[in-house]
Amino acid sequence: MIELSHIDRHFQVGDQRVKALDDINLHIGAGEYVSIMGPSGSGKSTLLNLIGLLDRPSAGSYRLDGTDVTALSDVEQAQVRNSQIGFVFQMFHLVPRLTAAENVALPLLLAGMTAEARQPLVASALEALGMADRSHHRPEQLSGGQRQRVAIARATVTKPRVLLADEPTGNLDQKAGGDVLAILEGLVDAGITLIMVTHDPAMGGRAQRQLAMRDGRLVSDEQGSPHGDP
Amino acid sequence: MATPSRDVARFAWQALAGYPVRTLLMLIAMAIGVGSVVVLTALGEGARGYVTGEFASLGTNLVVVLPGRTETARLNPGAMFGETPRDLTLGDARALTRSSRVRRVAPLNVGSVTVSHGPRSRDVVMLGSTSDLLPVRHWRMARGSFLPVMASDRAMPVAVIGQTLREELFGAEGALGEWLRIGDRRFRVIGILGSRGRSIGVDTDETIIIPVAAAQQLLNTQSLFRILVEARSREDIEPVRDFVEAAIAERHQGERDVTVITQDAVLSTFDDILGALTLAVGGIAAISLAVAGILIMNVMLVAVSERTAEIGLLKAIGATPRQIVTLILAEASLLSFLGALLGLALGQASALGLRLALPMLPAYPPPWVIAVVVTVAMVTGIVFSVLPARTAARLDPVRALARR
Repeated sequence: MIELSHIDRHFQVGDQRVKALDDINLHIGAGEYVSIMGPSGSGKSTLLNLIGLLDRPSAGSYRLDGTDVTALSDVEQAQVRNSQIGFVFQMFHLVPRLTAAENVALPLLLAGMTAEARQPLVASALEALGMADRSHHRPEQLSGGQRQRVAIARATVTKPRVLLADEPTGNLDQKAGGDVLAILEGLVDAGITLIMVTHDPAMGGRAQRQLAMRDGRLVSDEQGSPHGDP
Repeated sequence: MATPSRDVARFAWQALAGYPVRTLLMLIAMAIGVGSVVVLTALGEGARGYVTGEFASLGTNLVVVLPGRTETARLNPGAMFGETPRDLTLGDARALTRSSRVRRVAPLNVGSVTVSHGPRSRDVVMLGSTSDLLPVRHWRMARGSFLPVMASDRAMPVAVIGQTLREELFGAEGALGEWLRIGDRRFRVIGILGSRGRSIGVDTDETIIIPVAAAQQLLNTQSLFRILVEARSREDIEPVRDFVEAAIAERHQGERDVTVITQDAVLSTFDDILGALTLAVGGIAAISLAVAGILIMNVMLVAVSERTAEIGLLKAIGATPRQIVTLILAEASLLSFLGALLGLALGQASALGLRLALPMLPAYPPPWVIAVVVTVAMVTGIVFSVLPARTAARLDPVRALARR
């Protein structure tokens, strides 16, 4: 469903041209569990942002479900992000003044859904992540693991087909990180396509498909052991 | 992807409530701008209302005839010394009654005299006139009656006195029917004027009014100080003015040697001046509104950079640039609206305080000012937020999210 061919992404830094992505060719099928690993500066986050339509390639084509999404307008790209892609960030990025339920409702609100229509979807998304009893808490009243669960609820409330996670456990302790990873893997079992960027080989190693990047290039693409194995 | 406006308003409200200090500062800036426009225009209107009221208390539809001419075509030497070639006389005054457009004519003599009753005496302003003076000046009687209707050359020895004069001459005793002296003449008190405070020029409380012929004898003159002519209606004022000039000229061998002032002309001049003053003062106050607008722009720019990560997130979860602009502008307009409301309350409270402190000043802000000031505040707030909103909409989500 995700087809990248000959993708380049350059940045101009001073008078130097930096190649963040260099001729990336990648096909990811529906329901795949993919990890992207590599040292910092290898371009793994840039690749994730590009897949998430937060960034545009300098060259090459990106087809999502057969549609060339690089040709879409800003508004159309926003609609694709809203309905088909979910993001999970290292920093959680919850809006601090809103409650957990209001944070989860944001994508639906932006999609123009009424409060009455949003309410059951928000409730079931929070329920699925075991956060139903925290729905009226603000982020500052929640632990890191709970915040990330609210963020995952927000990412999944629109029932996207692709979930993009950028170091989702980077700000969590081991226990909470393990819980969050288990939740994400549970979503894969339910059929979602998960692409996760991490610098932690132990975490990346759990994915079925493991990509490694260095200096903007894909250097390896391995089918690993299926997750769930301890 | 149109977000329901209720949700936009709610989001904007939460954004404002989430940063109380910033919100409060902007509300105060907006409120001061709006409030100062309201209170300063109220002050201007009050001044205008005060002057207009004072003029109206002189009488309505008045045409005043003064001896002498201030702008003669031909310079006459007498005018230089305040002398006039020909006096205004009672005959002139009588001649002015011969027009259907004239309702009343009150000849007027003014002099400073000493009035005494028994051992008590008092220096006051004496007015000599006819029965028409009372309705022309819109005075009312407290007790007794005004000068009787009679031929204006009859020097009947009767007098109408003001409240203060009555107290000072008669104290607690009844004054009606009593005699008092002016110079070597005796007058019987037939009425007491109702108190109405000061109206321009004359303090009715400290006045004595006697028939004009008697006043002329006391002052030893044939001439009049003024003739007050009341036209039947507002439309009659100009024709009456022309009639007066023609009638007097005919009696004065063709000399146009009187000055005719219409109250309207004087009033409208004052009205224009004070109206312009209100506008000027309001305009100066409006500068503070513009300052408030610029402050809103600055604070919204800070707000946008403070909330960079949030805006990046909104983009990541599918907000279009237009939705970002809508959210920021909704925040600004809500802020401006609340600020304007607060400012109106502030302005109205100050105007009320002003009215309590200066009761003679009807300091009400004109209704159009309220409509204009709220509109201007909203427009200012929104216009000055367009730049911050566009900045937010153009934010690169990748970089916005990378920031802490």
